[in-house]
Formats: sequence, C-alpha cells, structure tokens
Amino acid sequence: MDRTWNNKAWFLVLPVLLLVAFSAIIPLMTVVNYSVQDTFGNNVFFWVGVEWFEELLHSPRFWQALLRNLIFSAIILAIQIPLGVFIALNMPRRGWGVSVCLVLMALPLLIPWNVVGTIWQVFGRVDIGLLGYTLARLGINYNYVQDPLAAWVTVIVMDIWHWTSLVVLLCYAGLVSIPDAYFQAAKIDGASRWSVFRYIQLPKMNRVLLIAVLLRFMDSFMIYTEPFVVTGGGPGNETTFLSIDLVKMAIGQFDVGPAAAMSLVYFLIVLLVCWVFYTVMTNYGEESGR
Amino acid sequence: MLELRNVSKLVGAETHINDVSLSLEHGTLNVLLGPTLSGKTSLIRLMAGLDKPTSGSIWFDGHNVTGVAPQKRNVAMVFQQFINYPTLTVYENIASPLRVAGVPRAEIDAKVRRAAELMRLGPYLDRLPLNLSGGQQQRTALARAMVKNASVVLLDEPLANLDYKLREELRTELPRIFAEAGSIFVYATTEPMEALLLGGRTATLSEGRVTQFGPTIEVFRRPVDLITARTFADPPLNTIVLNKQGDRFVLDGEVGLPVPREIAGIADGPYTIGFQPHHLSLTPMSADAVALTARVVVTEISGSESFIHVGFADVRWVILAPGVHDFEADRTVEMFVDPGRLLVFDRDGRAVGATTLGKAA
Repeated sequence: MDRTWNNKAWFLVLPVLLLVAFSAIIPLMTVVNYSVQDTFGNNVFFWVGVEWFEELLHSPRFWQALLRNLIFSAIILAIQIPLGVFIALNMPRRGWGVSVCLVLMALPLLIPWNVVGTIWQVFGRVDIGLLGYTLARLGINYNYVQDPLAAWVTVIVMDIWHWTSLVVLLCYAGLVSIPDAYFQAAKIDGASRWSVFRYIQLPKMNRVLLIAVLLRFMDSFMIYTEPFVVTGGGPGNETTFLSIDLVKMAIGQFDVGPAAAMSLVYFLIVLLVCWVFYTVMTNYGEESGR
Repeated sequence: MLELRNVSKLVGAETHINDVSLSLEHGTLNVLLGPTLSGKTSLIRLMAGLDKPTSGSIWFDGHNVTGVAPQKRNVAMVFQQFINYPTLTVYENIASPLRVAGVPRAEIDAKVRRAAELMRLGPYLDRLPLNLSGGQQQRTALARAMVKNASVVLLDEPLANLDYKLREELRTELPRIFAEAGSIFVYATTEPMEALLLGGRTATLSEGRVTQFGPTIEVFRRPVDLITARTFADPPLNTIVLNKQGDRFVLDGEVGLPVPREIAGIADGPYTIGFQPHHLSLTPMSADAVALTARVVVTEISGSESFIHVGFADVRWVILAPGVHDFEADRTVEMFVDPGRLLVFDRDGRAVGATTLGKAA
C-alpha cells in the first residue's frame, strides 16, 4: 500500500461529527441508558435488563396505540398523496395564477401546529364553532369530544388541511421541471390525458413523490400536537397515538424506564417503515427508467 | 400541399410571425433558415396546429385547417430536445403513435422494426431511451415521427443539441430518409451550412418574415435582398458601401471594382456591395480578379481552413481561405475579389439585377 494518509481530513469532518453527536447520538444513548434501568428517584438507578421491553411488547395499551398510528398513517397517505398529485396537476403552469396558487398552498404550512389544533378545536365546537354549529343545525350528530368517529374525522381532516399542501408543492416542483416540448409531442401524437399523466408526468414526479411519501409517513406516524390540542387523546383512549401515550408515560407518570423503551421501539418502527418505502420506491423507479 | 396564407401571429404586443405566405409541396424538403428568434419555431408550431394564427389561414390539400387540433392533422414533429417517453422502451416509444391510432399488432411490429432499421436502432429496441446516447435518443424520436407516416413532418432544429460528429452523421442520413417518404418535410435550422447540405428548398426568415423562398442553392446564390444574403452567410457576409461612378464602384475615388456587365445600366450613386467570405481569396481566382490590400486583425484556424479577419477601409471582413495560414496581426495582406461574384444591393437593401447576375454566376 503506497497510499498516503492525511489526518487533516478529520478536522474537516469534526464539526459534523460534533453536531450529530450532540443533536442525535448523545440524546439517543441517554434514552438507551434509561431503557435498561429502573429508578426510585434521587438519581439512583438499578439495572433491569430487557424487562421494560418485555413489558412493553406484552402491553395491549402499546399495541392498540401502534395500531391506531398505522391506521392513521395509512389513511393520511391514501388521501393526501393522490389529492396532492391531483391538485398539483390542475395548478397553472404559468401566468398570474401561479403565484396566487403557490401562496394559497403555502398558507397552511406557515401556521404552527398547536395553532392549527386550536383553530380546529374552536371551528368544530357545537356551541360556537362554525363547522360544529352548522353540522348540528343540519341535524348531523357531530361531537368530537364524545364520539370516537367524529374525533377521528376531525383529526384526519385537520391533518389533510394542514399538510396536503406539502405534497402539492413537491409534486408541482416536479411537474414544472418537465419541458413544454413533452406536452407538445404528446399533443401531436394525440395521447390521452391519462397517457400524458402515466407516461410523462408520473415518471418525472417519481423522485419528489418518494420524498412526499417519506415525509408524510414520518410526520403522520409521529403526530402529536394536533390530537393533543383537539381531543387530548380522547374520547377514552380512541385518539391516543403512540406519541401521546409516550408523553403521558414519561411526563405524566414519570415512568422513565418504560417510556425510554417505548421511544426506542417507536424510533425503530419509523426507521424500518421508511427504509421499506425507500427501497420499494427506488427499485420501482429504477425499473421504470429514472 | 401545405399552404400558409398571410399568416401572422402576435403574442401580447410582440409580433412573432409577420404576414407569412408559403406553399410547400408533397415530397419536398423545406428548410426554414434564420437566426434565433427569427420565428422558425413559431412557424413550425403554427404548421403543427399547436398554436392558432392571429390572422391568416392555413390550408392543407385544399382544406382550411386553421384551428384544427394537431392530433387531427396527421403531422409528426421532432424537437430540439430529445423527447421520448422515459418509462417506455425504444420499441414502445416508436410504436406509441401507432398504438394511439389503433393499428393492428402485426402491422405495428413490422413498421417499428423497419423504422428502427432505417435509424440503426435495431440492437437497442429493448433499452430505455435515457440509457442511450444523445444521438440514439434523437434517432428514436425521429423513428417515432417516421412510423406515423404523417403527411407533414416538422423538424425543429433536431440536430442542434448533438455533438459535432453525430450531427454530421445524422445530417447525411436525413436526406436519404426523407427521400423515401412522400411527406412534406419542414426542417428548421440556424446554420446556412446545414441548409446547403440538406438541399431542397429554403425559406429564409428574419424577424418573423419570410424574406425569400426557393430552391436552396438559388436562394444562396441569388438572395433578393441584403437581409437574406446576411441570413445565408456563415461566416458573416462581407459588405461595404461603394459609390458607382460610370463603370466602376469606387471608395473615396481610389479603390475600384468593375461594375458587372449585366447591371451596367444602373444609376450612379451609393450601393451596398456584398460577397461571401469564400469569394475573398489570397490568390487570384480568375484573370479579372481585383487585388485589394487589407490589414490582418486576427486569424482563426479551423482544421484545413483559416478564417482571416481583416480590416479594409473602415469595415471588418472575413477571408475564408483553404489551408492553414498564420498571419500576424497588423501585417498587410493582398486579397482578391472575383467581380463575377459580387452581390449588389440598392439603398433599400434590394438586390440589383439579381436574376441576371445569378445566371452569369
């Protein structure tokens, strides 16, 4: 080996290593540390091994919350991705309409999570909320505080209202990067609207769609603020997602050990599902030539 | 026959096409020659039906097709960018217009294979376009236009984005392919050389107007006005304003060029004299060649030719000389003009006696 080693390179990598260490590795290791110990306060810890993990995986409360999360994410993806693509396809490509649409689309994204929650909480109230009052007067039994279905619908509609824009903006960016000549060529060929979508627009949106699916999955799977503000996890435990349960456990009951075990499992699930999405979609993308 | 009658296209306040009338015959290759923004693409888009003219009408074989949608016009088009369906194989790309038209499977297969053979794409039929070279991608697009058997085939600078070698290769192939089909071909280009190599008929465009339309070689040799002559010259046309006095064009009463016999009768006064760079020579080309002295500004060597930029009186000229010449700047050279090759334009830029002069040349 006549390769020369230059140790100066470490100095260039050091800032990133430090940043990642303080923002990710050290906090994560603290959680790992908690997850294998028990405490009775006063900073005295006992080694308990994998007891918390065993307890967690045998707890119906965890499995129910996980199931709720998966159903919620599935619904969110199933609605937001097609809806986002549809809206992006129908946005103007040029002219004054472009900026109007972009601003309208960006508005929900600019509102903080808890404010979105508060808006919808008030909006949906039967006594003073515009939506709740109107529905009540129309004779529809809508009460997100008591009715689990109404609570779910509220949280889902709220999330769609808040986050579909992100999918729209990503897809739109992908769409406008397609040269006009493609559409003219398709027009001359007499290709149908569907063919244009299937063979020109969809392949060109592949990459941004992957990003949209990943972002929307991660965000919806880790949803916390909106249901916390609107339903507080209720009625009963009907909208208690993993994140809400986790906070109850860690902050409410101060069960640091079980909460740490749960966060690790939670983290691994998100990582695993993202990896699956990424692998499947990039493989599909390569097969289809992008 | 594709006919444009007094077609104009305005976009906002800008005139993209200004009162163009053209008629293109079946089985001909028609070159649209003009610099960028001269209206080539706008004209092609109008012919394709992608745009509607602001005024005027477009006729095809005696039918008014103004405003008829492109898919109903039986046109094919190839763009400057390589446009293919990214997720379809080369085979499926070529087959796509036939599938839309609902052609039977066996016929599609035969046509695709024939077009692929013509375009030398045989080994790549199962590949995806983006995994091919630029030339192969553009040949796929050309094959797609060919199989359609369209009555009008529009090519908008199809070779502009290819590298030099590939461009030369495809340029020699295209006329051969054109000759096989009986369609009306329209080929837009910015390069005079390309127009000459393709042959056929040429329409020169300038600022949205067709300045001249006729057999390519004729337009090149006998431009009707100064704008056409400038459009059809690369390197740029050499020009100078000279005064006609009797049988000579003179500058400050000194240097003089003989007035060609064919136009000897024109009135005295100022005329713009133009000639192609390859009609300026370092050696006398005929007995009556006129010798002039000029100062060298810079010499560019391009393979076996040299572009010698010279200053003559107060104008810049280019001599296109065969062979490699490496003149130092500021030295003087003797150059020769063939008076038989002069293009003479009057004060309004119209060619003087263009027809008779052309016949002599």
